[in-house]
Amino acid sequence: MSGRAELLLAIADDELILGWRDSEWTGIAPFLEEDVAFSSIAQNEVGHARALYELAARDLGTTADELAFDRRPEEYRCAQLVELRLPGWEHTIARHVLYEQADAERLERLRASDDAEIAGLAAKIDREEVYHRLHAEMWLERLKGEPRFTAALDELRPLAEAVLDPSLRDGHTPELAELLEEMTSVRRSQPAGTTW
Amino acid sequence: MVTAEQVWAALAEVPDPEIPVISVVDLGVVRDVRVEQERVHVDFTPTFLGCPALEVMRKQMEARIAQLGAEPEVEVVLDDSWSTDRITPEGREKLRAAGFAPPAPRSSDGPQLVQLQSKGFRCPYCGSRETALENIFGPTPCRSLRYCRDCRQPFEQFKTI
Repeated sequence: MSGRAELLLAIADDELILGWRDSEWTGIAPFLEEDVAFSSIAQNEVGHARALYELAARDLGTTADELAFDRRPEEYRCAQLVELRLPGWEHTIARHVLYEQADAERLERLRASDDAEIAGLAAKIDREEVYHRLHAEMWLERLKGEPRFTAALDELRPLAEAVLDPSLRDGHTPELAELLEEMTSVRRSQPAGTTW
Repeated sequence: MVTAEQVWAALAEVPDPEIPVISVVDLGVVRDVRVEQERVHVDFTPTFLGCPALEVMRKQMEARIAQLGAEPEVEVVLDDSWSTDRITPEGREKLRAAGFAPPAPRSSDGPQLVQLQSKGFRCPYCGSRETALENIFGPTPCRSLRYCRDCRQPFEQFKTI
């Protein structure tokens, strides 16, 4: 696999898996406006994953859906930070803050890429991510003095480095395989080759 | 053989599936139309990448071009060449009339929280600037929620991207 396809898959997998984890708050977020916000963020992340998979799929001679759903867990390249099932809101927001900070830096680097397709798509994604960062900023301001939140930040911070540096990604948590099972259950219930 | 002008006119009748008062041409997502013999090539820029309306827009554009007797080829352009600044003045007016506040112009440093929380945004119903940010996110990726303190009406504000 080319370095370009590897890079695209690493980022696409992060965005897809995080999008699914964020969507777990749909219907049960702490208050209605937050339910709308977090669901919308999840939808954006999955949209970014789709666009990134489409670029990778062209290089690899496959489709975005096959890349998103038909690989074995060990073939995914996401960082462990996005895989974790985090039932506590303080952990979810801590992950959101850490991911958005790392993602902002990653997008800035990609926008400066010599590869015009990658630079163009990164610029597009960044226009949407601005709003995720503003949302993370509001929550950081609101929770920064809360011990439960700062403890969650400290706990998850070591995992954030691998978002910026895919060479630090070493294996997956058991939660990834469980999530993939759930994510693909409808797809697997239909005969191979079904068009959606 | 169809002309590019005929294709543009036909696409100006293709509505946004979520906000049918505005067409894909008003929205500025049709970046280029090229006619080569029987084939019509359209460059189409997504609004938000996760927007479920994109696929519907693409299919509707293809169907409308096929009605002209041409063979459609709609290519999705995955770069940042679309921004809300591309919504036409007519499109902005149609949005406002339907109760959606049109997006603010894009500034060089992008949207800032202090700006969104300021009173600068005008209520599409009564025109007052006494409006407050309720939620950065709304019912679709492209919209935020604001509240007008004068006419006490919540409304949807297009995000600037």
